[in-house]
Amino acid sequence: MKLKNILKNGFLIVLASLVLTACATQQKASKSQLQGDVYNGQETVEYLASGVPDRVFFATNETVLTTASRDTLRKQATWLRKNSKINVVLEGHADERGTREYNLALGERRANSAKDYLMTYGISADRISVLSYGKERPVDSGSNPLAWSKNRRSVTVKAN
Amino acid sequence: MQEKCWKDKMLFRYLILLILLPIKSFALIEVDITRGNLSPLPLAVSPLSIDEKSRKNFKEILKKENIGSEISIIVENNLKQSGLFNPLNKDSFLQKPDIANLKPRFEDWNLIKAQALITGKVTFVDNKLRVEFRLWDVLAGKEMMALAFTTVPTNWRRVGHIITDKVYERLTGEEGYFDTRIIYVAEEGPKTKRIKKLAIMDQDGFNNKFLTLGNELVLTPRFSPTNQMVTYLSYFRNLPRVYLLDIETGMQEVVGDFAGMTFAPRFSPDGKKIIMSFAKDGNSDIYTMDLENRVVERITNHPSIDTSPSYSPDGKYICFNSDRSGYQQIYTMTSDGKNVKRISFGKGLYGTPVWSPRGDLIAFTRLHKGKFYIGVMRTDGTGERLLTENFYQEAPSWSPNGRVLIFYRETKSNSKGEGFSAKLWSIDLTGYNERLVETKTDASDPSWSSLLSN
Repeated sequence: MKLKNILKNGFLIVLASLVLTACATQQKASKSQLQGDVYNGQETVEYLASGVPDRVFFATNETVLTTASRDTLRKQATWLRKNSKINVVLEGHADERGTREYNLALGERRANSAKDYLMTYGISADRISVLSYGKERPVDSGSNPLAWSKNRRSVTVKAN
Repeated sequence: MQEKCWKDKMLFRYLILLILLPIKSFALIEVDITRGNLSPLPLAVSPLSIDEKSRKNFKEILKKENIGSEISIIVENNLKQSGLFNPLNKDSFLQKPDIANLKPRFEDWNLIKAQALITGKVTFVDNKLRVEFRLWDVLAGKEMMALAFTTVPTNWRRVGHIITDKVYERLTGEEGYFDTRIIYVAEEGPKTKRIKKLAIMDQDGFNNKFLTLGNELVLTPRFSPTNQMVTYLSYFRNLPRVYLLDIETGMQEVVGDFAGMTFAPRFSPDGKKIIMSFAKDGNSDIYTMDLENRVVERITNHPSIDTSPSYSPDGKYICFNSDRSGYQQIYTMTSDGKNVKRISFGKGLYGTPVWSPRGDLIAFTRLHKGKFYIGVMRTDGTGERLLTENFYQEAPSWSPNGRVLIFYRETKSNSKGEGFSAKLWSIDLTGYNERLVETKTDASDPSWSSLLSN
């Protein structure tokens, strides 16, 4: 009986330590790419021009631009001012962890956060249109926090 | 002479009474559907009897060996799916269908523990399908109901559904929901490039038909109470707008002339208006458009996201989803947009409120600690009950009698996107009888029609 308990506890401890190490390695992997729960990696990012990233990322349920996002959008604004004939579509997206209809609204709000910022840096509203995809067009099809962080985004796409 | 005439009239009245009485006789068997039914009522669905000539005629037209058996199988499956009935194995039946329909030997049916018995007869009359059926109370040894109807042969599946509705109504005291259809979004392909089409099928999954080709993204189809029209969101030409589709003619038109995305559409209970969200400059508010005079009315005016509106069945109230408190919660208001009241107060987020056709409950999706729940609450927010918990599920839609909810559920995918699926599920208002609703492709966004025969 006693032996059985010891064995049982021992087994639990081994199991627990296995889980802990698994957690630690996973955290390390995602830590470099997540700030809070905002993605700050490079994996999915494309470039409108050299040094001009096409997308910004958001925290869960948030539409506020992070410092990194504002930096990216200022680069986009500079590029758009130089290329005054180019119009853009801002495509707003949400992750899969929300109801479809709310996510459509959330995507629209995210794209508009980006639009407002571009406008404060002198880009005319006439050159910017907004399109929300809600959770319909993820870039990463995984169901994990890192994948979701890549999907919460606003992407600036050339319209012409 | 005078007297005789009067007597004749009396006799006539008496005859009518005699015919109606068996149908209106007091309930002998009653199935209580308000509680979770853990012991479904055992009943026998005898194959509908058919004469050889009729059988051959229907075989030629419908390519079915025995249409009488086929119709009884529909009834049997429907009753089984409801969770309230336990149709007994036909192998154990002792009486032949034709004899049983004339006069059941109740001892025989009692022996196999059937409490109710359904019998019937199919005949080929003037190129039409004539079906009569009877519902018997085995223990009391009485006929509870007898009905006959005639229709075009291709309607044979509907005949099975209508019989089920009548039996369900007679035994539960509630309106049925079997002669109905489900409109939904059929899904195919990888998550990152999902192809979505509008599809429609009978409530039991048969007669599946695609209504769009999949060239553009389509979402959230909803039935009109009149059943001919559907409203949905289409990304046609990359302009997400609410559309109206006539299922019979295939005609489509955009609803209103909005300078931005319109989404989350539903019909008003009278079918005359569409209520939806319109997103402009990062703000979504609720609007209605009258389908007759095209008048657009703004219902909410708030800097938060207001979406997923749904009318109460009397049209006097609207429930909707808003994050005006900081997070997604459920609110109600009068249909003019006044008297806004928050009704969800539990932990986590609430979305997709939808008013029950009975008027007393609101079904919703709740997200709490990484789990998604489908639940119901009273229209003042009290009495919240969570019916089912899962990794991801949302968008409940009520059966027309308000007893069953259909919704969609997605499974988790690994980092490569494998393991993902989207399927339709249904669950009883009691929280029992959760079932996968089979579809050929993956499926989401189901919407239940009202009864077709009404």
